[in-house]
Amino acid sequence: MATSLNGSKTSDIVARAQALFDDLSFTSARQWKAADPSRKVVGYLPIYVPREIIHAAGFLPLGIVGGGDQLEVIHGDAYYQSYICRIPRSTIELGVSGRIDFVDGMLFPSICDVIRNLSGMWKMMFPNVYVRYFDVPQNYRDDIGGSYYVNELAELMHDLGKLRGKPITDDELRNSIAIYNENRRLVRELYEFRAERPWQAPAAEAYLVLRAGLVLQVEEHSAMIRDYLAAVRNEERPRRDNCRVVLTGVFCEQPPLNLIKSIELAGCYVVDDDLLLVTRWLTADVPTEGKPLENLARTFLHQSESTAAKYEPDLKEKGQHLVRAVRRSRAEGVIFACPSFCDPALLERPMLQHVLKDAEIPYIAFKYAENSGQMQPIREQAGTFADSIKLWSGA
Amino acid sequence: MKTYVGIDLGSTTTKAILIDEDRAVIGRGITNSRSNYSTAARVASEEARIDARFTLFRRALNAGGGKSGELDEFLGALERSFRLLQFLEQLGDLEETCRGQVKGERFAKVEDAVREAIVEIFKRLREEAPSLYAPGAKRKSDFFRDIAGSRYHAQAEDVARAAAIPYELLLNVYDKSIIEVENRPPSGGLSDKFRQALARVLAADSAVKTGSTDVPKTIEKTLDIDLEETYLVGTGYGRVTLPFSKEHIRSEILCHGLGAHMMYPNTRTVLDIGGQDTKGIQIDANGIVENFQMNDRCAAGCGRYLGYIADEMNMGLHELGPLAMKSNRPARINSTCTVFAGAELRDRLSLGEKREDILAGLHRSIILRAISIISRSGGVTSEFTFTGGVAKNEAAVRELKKVIKENYGDVTINIDPESIYTGALGAAEFARRAHLEQPEGRAA
Amino acid sequence: MTIIVTPKAGPAKDIEKDASMVKQKEMMAAHYDRLTNVPQTGEKVCATFVPGNLNELIMCFDLVNNLPEVNAIQSGLRRQSGAYVLEAEKIGHSEDVCTYVKSDIGMMAKGNIGPNGKKMPDPDVLLLSYTGCFTFMKWFELLREQYKCETIMLHTPYMGDGKITKNMTDYMVKQLKEEVIPKLERVSGVKFDIDRLRENLKKSARAEDDLVRVLQSAKHKPSPIDAYFGGIYYIGPIFGAFRGTDDAIDYYSFLRAEVEERIAAGKGPVTPDGDMGKEKYRLVVEGPPNYTNFRQFWKMFYDEGAVVVASTYSKVGGVYDLGFRHDPDKPLETLAEYCLGVYTNRSLPMRIDMIANYLNEYEADGLLINSIKSCNSFSAGQLLIMREVEKRTGKPAAFIESDLVDPRYFSAANIKNRLESYFQMIEQKRAGGRAAA
Repeated sequence: MATSLNGSKTSDIVARAQALFDDLSFTSARQWKAADPSRKVVGYLPIYVPREIIHAAGFLPLGIVGGGDQLEVIHGDAYYQSYICRIPRSTIELGVSGRIDFVDGMLFPSICDVIRNLSGMWKMMFPNVYVRYFDVPQNYRDDIGGSYYVNELAELMHDLGKLRGKPITDDELRNSIAIYNENRRLVRELYEFRAERPWQAPAAEAYLVLRAGLVLQVEEHSAMIRDYLAAVRNEERPRRDNCRVVLTGVFCEQPPLNLIKSIELAGCYVVDDDLLLVTRWLTADVPTEGKPLENLARTFLHQSESTAAKYEPDLKEKGQHLVRAVRRSRAEGVIFACPSFCDPALLERPMLQHVLKDAEIPYIAFKYAENSGQMQPIREQAGTFADSIKLWSGA
Repeated sequence: MKTYVGIDLGSTTTKAILIDEDRAVIGRGITNSRSNYSTAARVASEEARIDARFTLFRRALNAGGGKSGELDEFLGALERSFRLLQFLEQLGDLEETCRGQVKGERFAKVEDAVREAIVEIFKRLREEAPSLYAPGAKRKSDFFRDIAGSRYHAQAEDVARAAAIPYELLLNVYDKSIIEVENRPPSGGLSDKFRQALARVLAADSAVKTGSTDVPKTIEKTLDIDLEETYLVGTGYGRVTLPFSKEHIRSEILCHGLGAHMMYPNTRTVLDIGGQDTKGIQIDANGIVENFQMNDRCAAGCGRYLGYIADEMNMGLHELGPLAMKSNRPARINSTCTVFAGAELRDRLSLGEKREDILAGLHRSIILRAISIISRSGGVTSEFTFTGGVAKNEAAVRELKKVIKENYGDVTINIDPESIYTGALGAAEFARRAHLEQPEGRAA
Repeated sequence: MTIIVTPKAGPAKDIEKDASMVKQKEMMAAHYDRLTNVPQTGEKVCATFVPGNLNELIMCFDLVNNLPEVNAIQSGLRRQSGAYVLEAEKIGHSEDVCTYVKSDIGMMAKGNIGPNGKKMPDPDVLLLSYTGCFTFMKWFELLREQYKCETIMLHTPYMGDGKITKNMTDYMVKQLKEEVIPKLERVSGVKFDIDRLRENLKKSARAEDDLVRVLQSAKHKPSPIDAYFGGIYYIGPIFGAFRGTDDAIDYYSFLRAEVEERIAAGKGPVTPDGDMGKEKYRLVVEGPPNYTNFRQFWKMFYDEGAVVVASTYSKVGGVYDLGFRHDPDKPLETLAEYCLGVYTNRSLPMRIDMIANYLNEYEADGLLINSIKSCNSFSAGQLLIMREVEKRTGKPAAFIESDLVDPRYFSAANIKNRLESYFQMIEQKRAGGRAAA
């Protein structure tokens, strides 16, 4: 039986997640806000913001990760040259077309020059919205990067308190941290479950469930993951003779859902990835005792994901996170999918490939845009990759 | 009389416009932009002067009380006769040039045979020429290169077979000669040619009906009018070597804006989609350019994109629009990249999507790119004019109208079938203005 | 008919140089010789970036400063960058990414031969001054992978809110004290001496004063300098390995005197073809230049009488004309403030303010944006900058595209077409304005 503890069927949960994914006007977030005049919504772009602080203000953190392959971009293109990736154009299109006109604040994380500059553009274009470029330290010492970061977090907390009209208290933040710890535990559980039995939780489904966390309140999202896990645990789904891969490079502009599906259809189970990193950027629970901002900072510095936007101080450690992900998930290869014109992902790629080569992990690479329409070359490449992995392991 | 000439050197065709002192267009000329731009400019402007003669004939005969139906018939006959003469003259030049090419090692042993074959080919070409210019005859192109080329190829194949000489030799002779002939400015006085043409028409049908007017006398009088080239302005796609002296050059964007203004005085936004580029131009009430934006390195929004698609689908460029019009459910084409569009196209065809739906989607995607260039230049505030080769494509026009309405509401959209002359028209007006500003401005 | 002409190509002339250019050339040559002679002299090399270049500090450790961006520019000017970029793409770099990086990596792959024809030295330390450009981080991680040498991250926070906060400077000063200086001491074996730093900073400030005078001389009509094409030469020493040296002081006082002479003589800028003709258009330019066709590009301006009176590119290695000077009285804070203030570390609204002010203060006719494929830090958002500046100043703007060092992105016909249209548009607007007045 494909049902969860409370009886929801897998297909229903996925359909709900799919509907949230398809809704480019963010109706659920609008409804949440409309229910209470004191509610506010703060949007954020990839890759990471401390959603706990937004939540502590009683606001809804809303993940904005571009417009996907269903949004026609006209005015967004008017702001960007052809050699710039797609996510800022579709984000602007969402803005100018009024699709996110209910958003009270926008956070632009430190990820690349394009998103960084978009923060300034947003200030110019939407002067009534609270806009912050969210800088994070590239120095990982508590006394240097840590203290800088604590102050940045304090500024954000102060600003959001002002937006609410009442300062955010440490207790409110501690409470939110605990709620997000729970959400992250569930996300990790989902990833572990998929790595264990990928045929039970197909990559596209897991993605949709994860993605719902960008628009739902965290409590509701945690319930959704719980339901989904319960439902798929209770269900026997057909197992295919796929190889197991880690998908990497997809940390900012999102690949089309079809791309994720195509990879699995072509014979590759995705057993780990760097999609929607915000949902599991912090890899351990943030302590709920003591000073909450320092706890957030310390976890950020010492227990967080690695990606191209982050400096790796130790040459020996460069790329090891990917090797570890492969080992942990018992993957047989890595698929690099990078957005076209993404400097961080594409400049990082050769370094990661060297590390994989040394570790004798096979890989393939291609580029995409969030609105890529042609899946045939991707199916072909992924299919050939799956076949060759089977040949190697059979030999 | 004073005339002002505007020449627009495009990447494939060169256009010329002649206007009079009242800013009325009296002549249009077009030719292929051959390797030699000076010749292309000369040929186009001569074509415009020929066209201007016909305008003057019409004016004079009209004034003499000619009925318009009869007038059209007569002027049509006169033009066909004139064109035939012109064609035969160039054919003579081509034959002589071809014969001159028959020398050297390649032709050892077959020299005489090839010469004879050439004589035979040109004999046939001359014989069939009148049928090319018969009433109602359709020509794919009016450029000498195209007509002479296709007929030469056809006849040469035949003659080569009969004479048992290699076809390639004859082709080689032609290929070498046509460039030379094409780049040789046309010779001979135009007035004489008009007189000869008139004589032919009268000989064929002495009962030419043109009311009470004495046709030969009216034509003769009109030929006496001196078409003074009072000032010339040239424009063209940022070539380093526009064949005009500096003070006679204006930017093509300014010419285009002014030309559109002359055609539609209320237009404020002009979109031009040509083969090589797409331009969004904002003009003020006087036709002065306020802002312009062009496509970047990416060719996705240009006519060229349609060319790729046509190749990909093994269709003619002109067949795309009509097929796309059959679609009721345009596909959403996401690849803005010309190269990727081919892959996406194949992908969709293999998934069983209908060709017309895919094509309709492709037309929409071109228009979306073009509208984003318009948006970049400042959007659409008032009357909108669409020009360029793509403006002749009905599917593109349909999508444009839709997208404009979706984004800018109800706006007047102008599309002129002669929009290919927009730049030349602006240039001609610049020439008129330049002359007014400095009446001694002929020195150049 | 004489109007339709067949243009004749004139014989190529040698570039005319004024005296300060000759001096600069000597300085650059000496510096490249110093770099390539390292195997003999035993000096140690520190590689770093132009924005956030800490030359005063680097010199405290007797390290030779090597700037990969400047090497890439040199490769571009000498038309070698195209082959280097292709080489880097051959060894796995995407066509999409920054061509400065690829030119540098391709140059290493092809033997790392410097402009003087000799092999460039391997760096002993990579000072990753992470200022105003995310790509810097990947660039030096790539170099670290190659050279496996000490790499020091100095993170400059971005001025997202248009201001430098105490938290930012504290963070940077701490990094300097705890990370940068100890590591430079370790690599060089030289003990840090803060008085030596103060001395260098004092020299920097003197040269900076003269640089600002030179840049602001463009407020004169006609402008005695071109602040973009010429400006690239003027910023060379101070953005490179000479800030804080006596050489730089000499160069800038010399340059200033030259410029003042030009003003007195009522002369316009010096171009590769000699003194520029009548000044017809005064422009502000945003964005870096193209180096692969630098002279051809410049010619499109001076042939038309267009002079650039202010540019943002001449602020990438430090914004001095808004008042900042290196301050020996607060040596570490001043280095932090310097890094924080460079042009590409400024928010978009700050950049818009700066450009709009330039248009007004330098009485320019309009803004031209040269959008560079390689440089997202500059380019992302330029179309909004254009729109805003037009709106605020009422002056026309134009947009062209090229690349720093990838010749595939320089289309002369395309750029010329747009420039000429732009100049004529300015002309026509003026005429329209006169008619209306």
